[in-house]
Amino acid sequence: RGASVMYASGKYSSRGPALIPRMKTKHRIYYIALFSVVLLGLIATGMFQFWPHSIESSAEWTLEKGSVHDAPLIRLPASSPIPERGDLSCRMHTCFDVYRCGYNPKNKIKVYIYALQRFVDEFGVPISSTGLSREYNDLLSAISDSDFYTDDVTRACLFIPSIDVLNQNSLRIRETAQALAMLPRWDKGMNHLLFNMLPGGPPDYNTALDVPRDRALLAGGGFSTWTYRQGYDVSIPVYSPLSADVLLPERHPGPRRYFILSSQTAIHREYRAELERLKEENGEALLLLDKCSNLSQGAASARKRCCKGQVYDYPQILQESSFCVVLRGARLGQAALSDVLQAGCVPVILADSYILPFSEVLDWKRASVVIPEEKLSEMYTILKSIPHRQVEEMQRQARWFWEAYFSSMKAIGLTTLQIINDRIYPYAARTYEQWNNPPVVKWSSVNSPLFLPLIPPRAPGFTAVVLTYDRIESLFRVITEISKVPSLAKLLIVWNNQNKSPPEESLWPKVGVPLKVVRTKENKLSNRFFPYDEIETEAVLAIDDDIIMLTSDELQFGYEVWREFPDRLVGYPGRLHLWDHEMGKWKYESEWTNEVSMVLTGAAFYHKYFNYLYTYKMPGDIKNWVDAHMNCEDIAMNFLVANITGKAPIKVTPRKKFKCPECTAIDGLSLDQTHMVERSECINKFASVFGTMPLKVVEHRADPVLYKDDFPEKLKSFPNIGSL
Amino acid sequence: GYHPGARWRRLQGYLQSFSTFEKDRSDDLSEHISPRQKRDTNSFLYTGKRCRMESCFDFSLCERNGFKVYVYPQQKGEKISESYQNILTSIEGSRFYTPDPAQACLFVLSLDTLDRDQLSPHLPLWNEGKNHIIFNLYSGTWPDYTEDLGFDIGFAMLAKASISTENFRPQFDVSIPLFSKEHPRTGGERGYLRHNTIPPYRNVLRFMEPKGKIRISKRSFAEIIEDQHCSSESPPTDKYSEEMLYNSTFCLVPRGRRLGSFRFLEALQAACVPVMLSNGWELPFSEIIDWNTAAVIGDERLLLQIPSTVRSIHQDKILSLRQQTQLLWEAYFNSVEKIVLTTLEIIQDRVLEHNSRSSLMWNSLPGGLFTLPRYSTHLGDFPFFYAKLGIKPYPKFTAIIHVVTPLVSQSQPVMKLLVAVAKSQYCAQVIVLWNCDKPLPAKHRWPATSVPFIVIEGESKVISSRFLPYDTIPTDAVLSLDEDTVLSTTEVDFAFTVWQSFPDRIVGYPARSHFWDSSKERWGYTSKWTNDYSMVLTGAAIYHKYYHYLYTTYLPASLRTMVDQMSNCEDILMNFLVSSVTKLPPIKVTQKKQYKETMMGQSSRASRWADPDHFAQRQTCMNKFANWFGTMPLVHSQMRLDPVLFKDQVSILRKKYREIERL
Repeated sequence: RGASVMYASGKYSSRGPALIPRMKTKHRIYYIALFSVVLLGLIATGMFQFWPHSIESSAEWTLEKGSVHDAPLIRLPASSPIPERGDLSCRMHTCFDVYRCGYNPKNKIKVYIYALQRFVDEFGVPISSTGLSREYNDLLSAISDSDFYTDDVTRACLFIPSIDVLNQNSLRIRETAQALAMLPRWDKGMNHLLFNMLPGGPPDYNTALDVPRDRALLAGGGFSTWTYRQGYDVSIPVYSPLSADVLLPERHPGPRRYFILSSQTAIHREYRAELERLKEENGEALLLLDKCSNLSQGAASARKRCCKGQVYDYPQILQESSFCVVLRGARLGQAALSDVLQAGCVPVILADSYILPFSEVLDWKRASVVIPEEKLSEMYTILKSIPHRQVEEMQRQARWFWEAYFSSMKAIGLTTLQIINDRIYPYAARTYEQWNNPPVVKWSSVNSPLFLPLIPPRAPGFTAVVLTYDRIESLFRVITEISKVPSLAKLLIVWNNQNKSPPEESLWPKVGVPLKVVRTKENKLSNRFFPYDEIETEAVLAIDDDIIMLTSDELQFGYEVWREFPDRLVGYPGRLHLWDHEMGKWKYESEWTNEVSMVLTGAAFYHKYFNYLYTYKMPGDIKNWVDAHMNCEDIAMNFLVANITGKAPIKVTPRKKFKCPECTAIDGLSLDQTHMVERSECINKFASVFGTMPLKVVEHRADPVLYKDDFPEKLKSFPNIGSL
Repeated sequence: GYHPGARWRRLQGYLQSFSTFEKDRSDDLSEHISPRQKRDTNSFLYTGKRCRMESCFDFSLCERNGFKVYVYPQQKGEKISESYQNILTSIEGSRFYTPDPAQACLFVLSLDTLDRDQLSPHLPLWNEGKNHIIFNLYSGTWPDYTEDLGFDIGFAMLAKASISTENFRPQFDVSIPLFSKEHPRTGGERGYLRHNTIPPYRNVLRFMEPKGKIRISKRSFAEIIEDQHCSSESPPTDKYSEEMLYNSTFCLVPRGRRLGSFRFLEALQAACVPVMLSNGWELPFSEIIDWNTAAVIGDERLLLQIPSTVRSIHQDKILSLRQQTQLLWEAYFNSVEKIVLTTLEIIQDRVLEHNSRSSLMWNSLPGGLFTLPRYSTHLGDFPFFYAKLGIKPYPKFTAIIHVVTPLVSQSQPVMKLLVAVAKSQYCAQVIVLWNCDKPLPAKHRWPATSVPFIVIEGESKVISSRFLPYDTIPTDAVLSLDEDTVLSTTEVDFAFTVWQSFPDRIVGYPARSHFWDSSKERWGYTSKWTNDYSMVLTGAAIYHKYYHYLYTTYLPASLRTMVDQMSNCEDILMNFLVSSVTKLPPIKVTQKKQYKETMMGQSSRASRWADPDHFAQRQTCMNKFANWFGTMPLVHSQMRLDPVLFKDQVSILRKKYREIERL
């Protein structure tokens, strides 16, 4: 094959890569036709369904004064229909009308909240003893302030009644059900969401709300595995009013005064006896609290606990223990769980068959210990076997769960909606990390985009990208040298000089691989890192137009090392960043050091994906800053890769005398003091933009296995390494 | 009356709380029903279709002997399908297997229940099906996908392919993938993804093009469901070409005659992101796998939105989805053995809930089968999650020196080694494993060290005991040493700094290689100087302590016994194990090739390296191991890691690891 030189002038500077292949014309016609039919259908349905309502809606009613007594009074006839009991087999695909949510570029469901009404029976007796509770008011208000909210009932995907069913105790079951069925959009409860925290009633305390509710979704506290419809209902916490009343500052994870604390007041005597036995065996490590007998009932008693006449402040005392017992009561869901999490105490949950709050998305194994009730007597042994470091992680995790998902009715409500949203748009769902990592972990952890351990095959080779301005002679030498590397697949010359045209096709060196020239619109350094469509290989060799000292063996070896570390920068000249204690800032170091934290991209292999990241995902103004200063594009690339992978680059082969590798960007600028100062400035600038110092320092470099060995040179794969 | 335009407004002023302490907390004190009684009632009430572990499983059976699985003996003349035989063989070969039903916690029928079959369980241990698991692949077909097995399963659990969400009993049944007769029993192919190409969407719309098998442009979805021979059945006649799958970014997986389809596994292996269109299918291993990270869960009802949906998925996400298909395929699906083991591990995690895997362990590398929670439930104790947690391994190591010859002189290699290792700034502790037949030498005969030094006397004196997960190892890193290894303090220091960058790999000095000997049709082992290597021997290597635990519990007793009987190959086995976990080569450091005191032959055991049988044994080992793993896990590397200034022309005084240059 001869050399083929192509010019693609100015193609790349103004737009991004073509992300989606153009549809073939006949398909386009097909889609347009299809779309039109669907659209007409929708319009017809819409007219049919919504026409009559739109007349009524003109009589808008609002609750201007904002008092509950202003809400309209609705009298329920005794014969008013009652919804069916909840269907246990309901799932999103059977009982939920997904068409109401529809395709939505933001992947966000729309939620409508019914206006407040006061329901009374034929005799004028309210259906609820408390009416609207403070918490439900907060919950609905938080939703109405959120992005989920719509006041356009016709566009809603989810409907929330303003009938407060948080506590079943205050409800008249039959009348509440009738009231639900009266809701104008009820439609068998389809797409309706009810919030309930205290389900069931004496004597057997059902684990789900007893109000018949057709197909309505239930966000319930205290579900058991038999009442919870997995993938349909949402298990929510029981809100603890103390969350709002008490401020518990976050404590640093670590050992606490007590090992196990039990603070619940309503523990069955069988279990209390069991706890007393544990206390006898293990002494001071356990603290068993009960309610204070000398205090009168009331809110004040909720804030005190007693043990043998000694009074403790609750929930503050929870912060003094590593583990806190959360035992089932008559109900599975306990508000104590919220208090325990708030205190950063690791909950020990003993409630068989209980569906933990938000268990669909939260990884409770990292924040709690679940022990079967049967094994209460083994609790101490089980907890003792947990490593300290894990207890600390759980303490932190517990506190984070409370802050993010338990701390307010707003948090509980919006988390519930987000979970339903994730089911409807699963491809846009929040990730495990987003749900479960506390900010400190989100900040320090890395999830490398190239995480699969792959050693790509050798065959596709690499694309050499040479950035050049006008050093034709040197460029041609580089091309000739690189063309000798066996795995070279293609040469891409990025012509960064707008005032001068590249040489005639016939003048270019004859090479055995395709050679393409792209002309850029502006002389910018970032052009070297553009993800050109012409780069068809995963591996890119970025090389300056004056790097002529690398041998073919060295380059081929570099490619082989890159194949073993395709998620890293693999390069030749290594550099280091150092902390300058005198100046109190970072310093750039190019001397002979024992350590490496960067490789220069004047000669480096890397994955094409990083071109894409450099061009479109570089944080802050770094990209523009580099282009403006005509320097430090290589440092920026090192920051970017280290930050996203958490890994150091790999320097290959011994040090060589590179002819001023730092100064190829601008011809003539010498490796003088100002240049070094500028590069130090770059490091400080980038570290502040990234908000951290992502570079990793290592003390090793890669050499061929038989480098410098007393072994026949012709039997070595890479004999010509390190010659100066 | 109702006004549709009316909207919610926040109410001002005082409102009552939903829960008052007096009432609701005293509610909780319902003394009249004992929690024990309540549990008993549950197990009485919730049976059959409402079975859960709490009500239909006898946990006490698992308490005495741990999680052991018993397989009923096969009846003579009983016909068993190949797939079912593979399942049974996999269980029998696993570490959970027990031949004694009295020890068992879980029972597996030997009757072929994979295919729909008439069965009247007159089994001695049936006990109404309690603690039994029934594997079933083929029941339940279109249109209503009923799950009638032809007999009353009682309290038994189902491990079933294409189970519907309606019939699935969460945390009780296990949804397994539908696999073909040809699915390998063990080993299993790797995924097809070889490149993380960018952009990865060469053929996003592959399934929309006229030549595709599953197309929604020409044939309506209803037709696909009704056409029983289309798309999701009979894999041999109807298999997609590998290339076609590989070239597609998204593959539609609609339901066919059954909810699940063979297409699902095919797509997964091919790194073709499955677009699930099978409403009501409980996805395989849904209890533990976060399918949103590897598949697009579509809704049949929104079929026409699928093209715009997949087009809206960003290429970053596609890159990650494709890699995750491979991760899951290789971790749980590529062999019958993995499918079976995953099923058993899921059940074990339910039985020992406080000692079970977190979702992160199941859904990230190297997968739940290699992340054993009995070792620790703390993510930071494993070599795999440091980056994910943003933490680093403990910055010191514990040296374990394996001693088989008696102490005779102070100039013995082991003495020098001990001193050199203990001098390392990263050394936290030295352990001497006394596997010598002679009694323990007196304490004063060992050299004095500045770090804690302990001697453990090997009980059985077998070579595998060098890889026991001793509680006395306080660090994450272990430096494993033979007694005649020659290493300087500098070399130890350097190897440890390298290991800190690669905590999941073996990092060390003695490199060896494997090759395929085509003339003999078997794997070969070589200690010659070569341009590449695939093993680093544990005579002088650093690796994570967790691999001791894996070696001892994950590997079958048969392999460990073989190694112990030969007193050989333990280092090769360790390399097989670690590479099968990481899918990556070990790392050789520095130029050093000779790491042994030249074979002096002080005793017969010390000179095992000089023994010609020794070498032949190692060839045999390679093939035995490859056979058990079902594949060759070793991977070659062409590079070694040297200090940055190694042999560079710069003053030796500037070099931190200058001793390394003096060979």
